[in-house]
Amino acid sequence: MIVEQGLNGLQFGLMLFLLAAGLTLVFGIMDMINLAHGSLYMLGAFVAAALVQATGSFAAGVLLAIPATGVLGMLLEVSLFRKLYQRDHLSQVLATFALILIANEAVRLVWGSDAALPMPQALSGPVELLPGLYYPAYRLLIIAVGLLVAVFLFLLINKTKIGMLVRAGASNREMALAMGVNIKTLFTVVFGVGAALCAVAGALLAPLLAVQVGMGENILILAFVVIVIGGIGSVRGAFVGAVLVGMVDTVGRAFLPILFGAFLPPQFASAAGPAIASVSIYLLMAVVLFVRPQGLFPARG
Amino acid sequence: MKIQALAACAALALAFNAQAADKVKIGFVSTLSGPSAALGVDIRDGFQLAVKMNGGKLGGLPAEVIVSDDQFKPDVGRQLAEKAVKLDKVNFLTGYVFSNIMLASIPVAFENKTIYVSPNAAPSPLAGKQCHPLFFAASWPNDAYHEAAGQHATTKGYKNVYLIAPNYQAGKDSLAGFKRFFKGNIAAEVYTKLGQLDYSVELAQVRASKADAVYIFLPGGMGINFIKQFVAAGLSKDMQLITPGFSSDQDVIRPVGDALLGTFDTAHWALDLDNAANRKFVAAFEKEYGRLPSLFASQGYDTALLIDAAVRDVKGKVEDTEAVRRALRAAKFESVRGPFKFNKNQYPVQNYYLRVVAKDNKGRIVNKTMGTIFKDHGDAYVQDCAMK
Repeated sequence: MIVEQGLNGLQFGLMLFLLAAGLTLVFGIMDMINLAHGSLYMLGAFVAAALVQATGSFAAGVLLAIPATGVLGMLLEVSLFRKLYQRDHLSQVLATFALILIANEAVRLVWGSDAALPMPQALSGPVELLPGLYYPAYRLLIIAVGLLVAVFLFLLINKTKIGMLVRAGASNREMALAMGVNIKTLFTVVFGVGAALCAVAGALLAPLLAVQVGMGENILILAFVVIVIGGIGSVRGAFVGAVLVGMVDTVGRAFLPILFGAFLPPQFASAAGPAIASVSIYLLMAVVLFVRPQGLFPARG
Repeated sequence: MKIQALAACAALALAFNAQAADKVKIGFVSTLSGPSAALGVDIRDGFQLAVKMNGGKLGGLPAEVIVSDDQFKPDVGRQLAEKAVKLDKVNFLTGYVFSNIMLASIPVAFENKTIYVSPNAAPSPLAGKQCHPLFFAASWPNDAYHEAAGQHATTKGYKNVYLIAPNYQAGKDSLAGFKRFFKGNIAAEVYTKLGQLDYSVELAQVRASKADAVYIFLPGGMGINFIKQFVAAGLSKDMQLITPGFSSDQDVIRPVGDALLGTFDTAHWALDLDNAANRKFVAAFEKEYGRLPSLFASQGYDTALLIDAAVRDVKGKVEDTEAVRRALRAAKFESVRGPFKFNKNQYPVQNYYLRVVAKDNKGRIVNKTMGTIFKDHGDAYVQDCAMK
């Protein structure tokens, strides 16, 4: 059971990472609070659902949805976000909050309030990992994709020219600008990558959860917790933070009620367990902020 | 002379007051969007089917049904109740699927002397101490399915049962109901967040518990996700899944499909219940909407029939709340569930059946009735209700 719960935590954490990676880059490099990041996740899921239906193939639909959402993100960046970089955080929060509401209603108009994205039949059963250890095949796929994306991002940021520019932008924006980095294009590309990562998460989680209006808001809060824990602007921090949050949430839900059950009367334990479990990640955030106010891996020294 | 004329006028006015209204207005607020929308949609469709089959009338009066969507949010539900009761001045309020939304909304109706007829949610507090003269449950008391499931698990001889429900009033009621009639051991009693859609953590624990049966109370999208994930995790091979009727009814069968085959559930109604009213309802529903009706559809249909009978019995004088109440209590309608009457707390006394999900002779996946678990079953709270 411990292995299984570990995999559950990893799967949840990796999906959070996909969201947090885009968010942390936008926040770190452009100094822009984007509350509408969750809306891109929702858009990604809806686009994927529509494309899967249109193409009749799960893989094709999801693979097409990723660049489609990326382009959508870039269009948003060029048309709207660009104008917000110079404003203070309050204006950004207000504008992107408005964007959440607009995106929700727009999706409701185009697709209705929910859409169906069924799990591919081949992956709907369990896989025997070790003798006696069964794990749903689809969740394994999510873990594999999450790890692949993490490796890809690591290489992109640490080994390529774009990555170098991104790192430069994250650690000192003015200096990067002064050295002649084309910040405008860079921002658009980063935003597009962030949106594409949202689409990966949205499309992959859709068959497990549900494609519905408002799905992005709850998970956005967790993504913010992740980047605060990991350190703003750091993709490595987002990875560690996301896996940490995923694990703490899973372990909290799995083992806290058992722990409480061991030394508290049952009716109290069954009430306290879930309650404490649901705040456990915020406790984690509080502890991290207390010990390292900059987060675990701050991008700016 | 003048005084006589005035008196005549007054008498005329009085007579006019007591005359039948020219139409009956129904405020129908329900969850029509989001992962649990199928429930509200089925209740609405069942309700409107009954009105349509009645020639657009309820109790002989033209019926105006004002439908609105609470979006699964208690605050929205309450706003819509305010609109229905104060602005639209409806004669009856109905529709809510979820007890938490209903409980937030119906005080508005009570304060304005509007009767609420529940097509679904029937929480235990309103059956006992807080029973209310203006509240009627045309569905089933919250605990009833769970009591029947507990009784079934006892009869079947399950030793170790794992229980899961969301952490809210109806969730706690439901597991309490199961335990009231289950004599075996409870492997664990787990409360999850309301609206939770990923059950990986809980399923790993279910597997580790080695229970011989799992009982879930997870209405709407929660149950659909749980059952899909339960099967994906390979647990259906080792454990018997028992659910309350609504977790494996027609609205769940549509998205989940074959994975549900062999699931046992309990309900007050079934597609194949053999009575004239039900045969008529099932045939008409399928013809109108091109799908098989769910429990919820049957509840919506029955709610409309109940209101229809009451309006007819008061001869259309829907303004006379007290008379309408008495007529509702008498419940002179032919329910698709068979025998039906109200207890003194205005909750139903009726039968509960054991059903199994199987293929019918046309190859469709449906619920088949396996037997009767309880006959003329009421609820455990009625003695706390002070109403006569």
